Amino acid sequence: MKRTTLPLLVFGVLVAFMAAGLTLRPTEVPSPLVGKAAPPFTLPLLGAPGRTLSASDLRGKVWLLNVWASWCVACRLEHPTVLDAAKSGAVPIYGLNYKDKPADALRWLGRFGDPYVASLSDVDGLVGIDFGVYGVPETFVIDKAGVVRHKVIGPLTPETLRDTVMPLVRRLDG
Amino acid sequence: MAEDPTWGHGWRTACCLVALTLCGLCNGVRAREAQPLVADPEMQARVMAIAAELRCLVCQNETLAASQSALALDLRKQIEQQLTRGASAQQVRDYMVERYGQFVLYRPALHASTVLLWFGPFALLAGVLVGGWRMLRRSAQAAPEVALSDAEHERARRLLRAAAGPR
Repeated sequence: MKRTTLPLLVFGVLVAFMAAGLTLRPTEVPSPLVGKAAPPFTLPLLGAPGRTLSASDLRGKVWLLNVWASWCVACRLEHPTVLDAAKSGAVPIYGLNYKDKPADALRWLGRFGDPYVASLSDVDGLVGIDFGVYGVPETFVIDKAGVVRHKVIGPLTPETLRDTVMPLVRRLDG
Repeated sequence: MAEDPTWGHGWRTACCLVALTLCGLCNGVRAREAQPLVADPEMQARVMAIAAELRCLVCQNETLAASQSALALDLRKQIEQQLTRGASAQQVRDYMVERYGQFVLYRPALHASTVLLWFGPFALLAGVLVGGWRMLRRSAQAAPEVALSDAEHERARRLLRAAAGPR
C-alpha cells in the first residue's frame, strides 16, 4: 500500500501535466495587448484616397478589427462568417488590410463581398506589428474606451463568433 | 555502365547544372535577406545579436535571426530602425514583449508565470535525488547484514548439500 503510493502520485502528476499539455495550443500565442489600450494609429482608408482613420475616431463604440489580406487563404475561409456578422449589424467591423496591394485588396472585396465599415490600408505592416499580428487573419474586440478586450487568432468560425465574440460585444455594449 | 563515356559525361553535366542552379538560388535568397542591413556590418551584427535571442512567431522553433518569414524580415528591420534611433538592446526587447508577450524571449524574465519554467527542472532533479537516496537507505535498513554463528553456517551447508544431493 505504502510502497505504491509514491509511484502512483508521481504518475498522477505526470498524467495531469500531459493532460493539460494536450489542451494547449502552442500556435496561439496569448496577446499581451488584451486588457490594454489598443495602439494608436492613423492609416489611409482603402479605396478612399486622401481619407484617413485614427484609433481615436472610434472611441465611444465597441468595434471589431479584422486583420485580412487578399493573399491570405484562411481569410477566404472566414469571409462568409465575417459577412454574416456584418449583416447582423450587431457590431461595426473595421478591416486592417495587412501588407497588401490596395488594387488587389479592392478586387478581392469586389469578388467576395465587403463586410467592413472601412478598411485601413496597412501596406508596410507597421500597424500590424503594433497590434502584435503574427498571422492573418486575426480579430480584435475593442471596447468603448479603446481597450483591447479579446483577440481571436486564426479564422473566425460561426462558433467562436456565437459563443465568444458576440456575448462579449453585448456585455461591453450594455 | 560507368565505362560508357557519353553516359558519364552526361551525368557530370547534369550534376554541374544542378549545382549551379542551387548556387544561384542560394545567392538569390541570401542577397535578398541581407539587403536592408548590409549597409553597416557593425549594425547588422548588433541586430542579429538581438534577433538571435528572440523567437520568430511564425515558425516558433526558429529565432528571429534565422527565420526567412516575412514577419521576421519586418521585425529585423524594426530592430535596426530602433537601434539607429538610439534605442538600447533592452528597449528593443521590451518593444517586442509589449507586442508579442514573454513568449518571444528565448530567455524569459523571472515572473510568477515563468517560475516553473526556470526552476522546474532543478526541482525535479532534487526530487529524484532525494527519492533515490531514501530508497537506497530504506533497502539498506530492510536487509541488515546478519552474522551467522558457526553452527548456523554448518546447518546452511548441510541444507544446501541435501538440496543438491538427490539428483
